[in-house]
Amino acid sequence: MTTATEDRKFTVADFASNQDVRWCPGCGDYSVLAAVKKVLADEGIPPEQYAFISGIGCSSRFPYYMDTYGMHSIHGRATAVATGFKIMRPDMQTWIITGDGDALSIGGNHTIHLIRRNLDVKILLFNNEIYGLTKGQYSPTSPFGKVTKSTPYGSVDEPLHPLSMALAASASFVGRTVDMHPKHLMEVIRRAHHHKGTAFVEIYQNCNIFNDGAFNHAQDRKLRPDNVIELEDGKPMIFGSKQDKGIVLDGQTLKVVTLGENGVTADDLLVHDEKADLSIHFRIARMRSPEFPDAIGVLRAVERDTYDGMINRQIETVIAKRGPGDLQKLITGRSTWVVGNGDED
Amino acid sequence: MSVETPSQGPAKATQDISSATVRFAGDSGDGMQLTGMQFTNTSAVFGNDVSTLPDFPAEIRAPAGTVYGVSGFQLHFSSDDIFTPGDELDTLFAMNPAALKTNIGDLKKGGILIVNLDAFTDQNLKLAGYEKSPLKDGSLDNFRLHPVRMTEATLKAVDEVEAAWKAEGREFSLNKKEAARCKNFFALGLACWLYGRQLDTVGQFIEDKFGKEPDVREANLRVLRAGFDYGETAEIFQNNFKVRKAKLPPGMYREIRGNEALALGLTAASHLAGKPLFYGTYPITPATDILHDLAKHKSFGVRTFQAEDEIAAMASVIGASFAGALAATASSGPGIALKGEAMGLAVMLELPVIIVNVQRGGPSTGLPTKTEQADLFQAVLGRNGECPLVVLAPARPIECFDLAIEAARIAFRSMTPVVILTDGFLANSTEPWMVPDVSKLEAIEIEHPTEPNGPNGTYLPYKRDEWLARPWVLPGTPGLQHRIGGLEKKHETGNVCYEPDNHGLMVSLRQAKVDKVAEYLPEQEVFGEEDADVLAIGWGGTYGALREACTTLRRKGHKIAHAHVRYLNPFPRNLGTVLRRYKHVLVPELNGGQLCTLLRAKYLVDAQPISKVKGRPFMVHELVERLESWMTTNAAH
Repeated sequence: MTTATEDRKFTVADFASNQDVRWCPGCGDYSVLAAVKKVLADEGIPPEQYAFISGIGCSSRFPYYMDTYGMHSIHGRATAVATGFKIMRPDMQTWIITGDGDALSIGGNHTIHLIRRNLDVKILLFNNEIYGLTKGQYSPTSPFGKVTKSTPYGSVDEPLHPLSMALAASASFVGRTVDMHPKHLMEVIRRAHHHKGTAFVEIYQNCNIFNDGAFNHAQDRKLRPDNVIELEDGKPMIFGSKQDKGIVLDGQTLKVVTLGENGVTADDLLVHDEKADLSIHFRIARMRSPEFPDAIGVLRAVERDTYDGMINRQIETVIAKRGPGDLQKLITGRSTWVVGNGDED
Repeated sequence: MSVETPSQGPAKATQDISSATVRFAGDSGDGMQLTGMQFTNTSAVFGNDVSTLPDFPAEIRAPAGTVYGVSGFQLHFSSDDIFTPGDELDTLFAMNPAALKTNIGDLKKGGILIVNLDAFTDQNLKLAGYEKSPLKDGSLDNFRLHPVRMTEATLKAVDEVEAAWKAEGREFSLNKKEAARCKNFFALGLACWLYGRQLDTVGQFIEDKFGKEPDVREANLRVLRAGFDYGETAEIFQNNFKVRKAKLPPGMYREIRGNEALALGLTAASHLAGKPLFYGTYPITPATDILHDLAKHKSFGVRTFQAEDEIAAMASVIGASFAGALAATASSGPGIALKGEAMGLAVMLELPVIIVNVQRGGPSTGLPTKTEQADLFQAVLGRNGECPLVVLAPARPIECFDLAIEAARIAFRSMTPVVILTDGFLANSTEPWMVPDVSKLEAIEIEHPTEPNGPNGTYLPYKRDEWLARPWVLPGTPGLQHRIGGLEKKHETGNVCYEPDNHGLMVSLRQAKVDKVAEYLPEQEVFGEEDADVLAIGWGGTYGALREACTTLRRKGHKIAHAHVRYLNPFPRNLGTVLRRYKHVLVPELNGGQLCTLLRAKYLVDAQPISKVKGRPFMVHELVERLESWMTTNAAH
């Protein structure tokens, strides 16, 4: 048994449980699991101070593979379980592992409310645009027209954009990354870890069994430069295999431009600002290949008081003002009468 | 101005009576609940035993004057022990025709009927569905009718205050409409005179409530006294009544509602266990008051969470319990249905949580403000899979306090979810409560392991103790990291396991754990002779009516005993023996026969249902008649 000491150093193995990982070979989930373990080992907080809470779906098996505290709860409710957990244990590093069906369909309600409250938790949303565990039905993020077992003639559902939804709920941290881009994946996870408040991270995750190649444009190293833009705070939005394309704000809309054409220079480009107005972040979040590059990286990171912090501060404030509660006084109430022995009126 | 009870002038006669049942009925905006509660306080502080029943519509402000907007508050006060809010009314205050129409059926023959004559306008009569005034058509001849111009008298009293204030150059803010709204205090003042009550308790309430609005306070005080004076001086009342103090056991008392007792019980359990209380919930009638109470208790470390829905409320409670807190939620039938899946998770995770169901009329949205006991099956059986948990039911409002503490004790000792079934009647009814001495309440022991319990320094999260409970490790404890989840667990290790024999073992262990709770719970007690022929067995809020009915029947010579079950799953360990002592087992309950079915299934006794499903509690006389009729028909003797 290990004990908590100030100078403990951690390795990836310290965060790995003894359970066999049961995802399909080639699944993007392996990459995310490795990245999370690596980041946490580097951060130096002992494994017992983490709780991983998940819902239902392939990705929700994640907590079983981490040697931390964990709960594999029920479909869609990891967010709600984590809310009760974090309110009572603000000291615990709390992570939520969820998927597109879990967080956006059956659990959409809770996801919205958790984000608006700004509970201090990290949400990793494994978006594979398909229902994997039930063997291949379309999900709320599947593109319009998607042919699946439950939509043999194509889906007629408009997809939900996870980051737009998070921004609409006033998210304090919004990021996006890609399973097969390990360096980027680890960096976004690290940024989420350091954020105080709800850190909402969408991970493009390949389901090689039921939806293989859905994010090929972002995963393939050759395709990625022209189809993805890696956001960096304070830097102009440049992308392309030749680093010659950029994003400008033309009136109210975003446009892709080529540097050097029509006199466009790097100075004309939109400079990414993690603290910018929500409406700009909303536009960037919805950029989608092939018309635009998909934006990955930290889209938004602003400071906002946390829900668990405020709830616990209210308690502290009341106790500081009035002192700890007197249970006898509370139970006795304000209006009492006494019945004596043999009392007669 | 302080309120002094006016000196009794030419004294009218006072008649001693042992008990009285009074109901105030009016529009839901007429302040009838407040009036009833204040009269209750006055009676309780005077020393009567009191039991109350508020009855209000689901609509917050239904159109004025209509029958569906009528709100009532009934109280029964006595110099004897009483258990129910009373059957028939001795006195009815009807503030308008609709209130008269919907309540007159409960007034006993020869009872006192006081109506606000000013409200009997053509329009109000029409709204209530009267073709002509019932005050004039002889239909109320069986009652002692007293039409009183309450609105007019109220306005006159307020006018006096206004004139006096203006004479002193002080601002007076009440307009005529607001002044007329004081009329419930006129009715209250008159009720105080009728039953020989002092005005000081109500006066103090008005002082407290309207302390910041001196003109409103003054107006209400004056109207209250005007009502009292009216009784004293008007020629229509020949006498008033006196109900002497009840002989309650000596001690300090307060009056308490079931929901309030439950909130206090949860707070006390938190104190006794040394654990902060987490209360995650979603507003739903008739459970919401518990949230209102607990939200105020911040200085006791109570964290309340108003979740986005019922499911989130239940899930948050599971998270809080995993975190190491005393975690509770409350709802009513429709909300409990939504919580069902998460309750199953709590059973699988074997975490201590408390789930309160303040039952109301169902199915579906049903009768939100009315009482029923039809969620017993839902509590005991209503989840997927073999999913046992503990179910408790307080029998009286004051027991909500005790059973909340007991629920916490059971949840912690046996690492199980515990359901507390109350109902709309218990939630809103009040009775006197001897204030418990906190220092004498037994502490709740909890152990959080910090050392490994398995071979080679491993931790086995599903290794069980003598009660078959698994250990409760606080997250953050070094070396004891573990994962729990809704998938079937391997015995002891808690790892995901689909093996058939292991599933069979875990199903039986979860059941045995809940069954074992009966070993440390009290045995079933029976009221009445052991040699009785008939046992009337009930549960929950029907206790008072059933106890009074059985007492009446025994006085009439029937050999009947009464048992009231507080532990519905598992049943008390001696219940089978108790049931088999009697030739006949009758099960009065406010549902189609749910406890009856469970008793028949478990004990193979020929229990017979006495059902009522009308959204209303049992009346004592109704139970007496139905039990007697059953016994006569079935030749019980």
